[in-house]
Order: sequence, then structure tokens, then C-alpha cells
Amino acid sequence: MNEQWLGLITGVCFGALLQQGRVLRFEKQVGAMLLKDMTIMKFMMSAILVGMVGIHLLVSMEIVKLSPKATLLGALIVGGAMFGAGWAVMGFCPGTSVGALGEGRWHALWAILGMTAGAALYAEAYGHLQKNLLAWGNFGKITLPGALGLNPWVVIPVLGVVFILVFVFFEKKGL
Amino acid sequence: MQQRFSWRPYLAGALVGVLATLSVLVSTQVLGKTQFLGASTTFVRAAGFIEQEVNPAHVKTNPYFAKTAAKIDWQFMLVIGIFIGALAASVVDGSFKLEAVPPVWRERFGGGVGRRAVGAFLGGAVAMFGARMADGCPSGHGLSGLMQLSVSGFIALALFFGTGILVAAVVYREKGGLR
Repeated sequence: MNEQWLGLITGVCFGALLQQGRVLRFEKQVGAMLLKDMTIMKFMMSAILVGMVGIHLLVSMEIVKLSPKATLLGALIVGGAMFGAGWAVMGFCPGTSVGALGEGRWHALWAILGMTAGAALYAEAYGHLQKNLLAWGNFGKITLPGALGLNPWVVIPVLGVVFILVFVFFEKKGL
Repeated sequence: MQQRFSWRPYLAGALVGVLATLSVLVSTQVLGKTQFLGASTTFVRAAGFIEQEVNPAHVKTNPYFAKTAAKIDWQFMLVIGIFIGALAASVVDGSFKLEAVPPVWRERFGGGVGRRAVGAFLGGAVAMFGARMADGCPSGHGLSGLMQLSVSGFIALALFFGTGILVAAVVYREKGGLR
């Protein structure tokens, strides 16, 4: 099986799960930012909880290697803040915009066009940013267990308990 | 927005965790290249495809397109798959609905398609500029980053939501606003 078919099959499953989790909707995404509806947090944190156990099991069995993205503080802070601001107005993130279009919310098309334009603009700015902002605060490809000097299997149960407490809090508040 | 308890987001989310694990395993075994869920790189490749039609020489010399070439790769097909999967699932369970303006937006800005189009386009442009700078979106940094316990994922997700909460509070404020 080639790379493209594998990507497509994975994507169809991902899209169906995003849709069934009801996280593709504008009101769910903005609802989380307005602290009124935590559906997308429940979905993301559940995925992270299961995925971090699964992926670290594969790493412990030496079947795969982790591939964390570099911690570039300047790029993460400025880029992360720009993403959050745009996300609030757009009401979709890159993956969910395409899914929302599939669900019939065709206004996601404007978001997809805007994001494509944003990517093109970034390609123009990249050459200039490379030397200054992107070079600032480079800590390399670090993980939380690595930075704390702990075994991942110490960090994972702690995060698991924290996530479950957050779920209990969401449900108690009816969020 | 008080709602009854539902297993739906937890169950679908947990299954995405299983999917992410399987995807990492299968892509490593079959392709010899480990693939993590993500979406925003595909928008760079799409922009590259469009620009190639207009000005191929410019795309050739641009350092970012050299790094992220216009090609249909695993993630590009993943993004197309998301569309197909969401379409199929929503048609099957009857939740497919044509919608021109989202209800929350309508309450604040009215039902005009033009205003929603401009807002979504500009929001999208700013968000994607930021996502490329941060090197990821809520899928790449949020899901795949945190599953790997990557420090960059925690920082990115905190900023995505932190800024999103602040801006949403201003943009969607209910009373005493401009209108």
C-alpha cells in the first residue's frame, strides 16, 4: 500500500471520528473559547490520553521513535498567539475546517481560502523571519519527561489523573 | 449552554487516540516513515500548487516552498480523507446540514454571508500564518505533540487556547458592544 492510500484511509477514519465527536462545528470551537461548552477539550484530552499511552508503548517496545517538534520559543509564542486570535474569529482549525465543509457547513470554505492565503503569505515572510524571530529561544526537540529528567511512565500516569480530574470538573459544571 | 452528560466526545476522542497509535505503527511498518496526525502543512502545499500555476519561477526560488514542496503526500491525502469521512458520517447519521452562517456568528454579526466570508477569510489567514510560524495546529501540536509529551505541544496549545479565549471574549461579547 502506498503513502497516499494510507493517508486517505487514516483521514476518512479521522474525519468520521471528528464528525461523530461533534467537534467540527463553529459553535463547539467558539463555545470552548467562550468557556461555555468544553466538547472539544473533552475530545482532544481523551485522544491525547489514549494516544500518549499507545505511542509510548510503541516507543518502549522499540517499534517507533518519537518525533517531537522543536521548541522555538519566539516562533511558538508569536505564532501561537496569532493562531489563537485567528481561530477565535474563524471558528475552525485547519483540520476541522475541511471536515466542517464535509458536514455541509459550507461557510468553512471562506476559512479554507483564508488559510491557504495565510500559508502563501507565510512562505513570503519565512526568509525574513528565519534569521531573527525563528532563531530566538531554540531549545531543540525536547519532551516533558526529557526536560524534567523523568521516565515517561512517571509523567503519563500523573497527566492521566490530571486529565480525569478536569473531566470530572467539566461534568460537574455541565460544561 | 448547560447540557446533559454525553459519552460522545470522550468515546470519539479515545478512538482518535487509538487511530493515532495505529497510524504511527502502520506508517512506520509499511512506509518506513512515521506519520503523526497533522493538517496545517497541507495548506502550504496547496498554496504552492496554486502559485505554481501563476508564477512557477517564484515558487522555485522561495525557501519555504523548497522546504515544503507542492506535492500530494500522506498528510495531503489525510486532509482530503477528513472531508470524505465527515461527509459520509454526517450523511449516514442525518446530521449533515447546509449552513451559510453559523448561529453563534449570526447572533453577534447578523446573517450576512459577506460579513461571515470576510471574517472567516481574515481569521483564517492570520491563524494559518501563526500556525506555520509555530510549526503546527491543534492537530499537529495539540494532539500529536501532547501524545509525544513534546514541550512545544504544551506551549503551543496553551497559547492557542489562551489567546483564543481572550479574543473570543472581545469578538463575541453579548451586551454593551458596538451593535
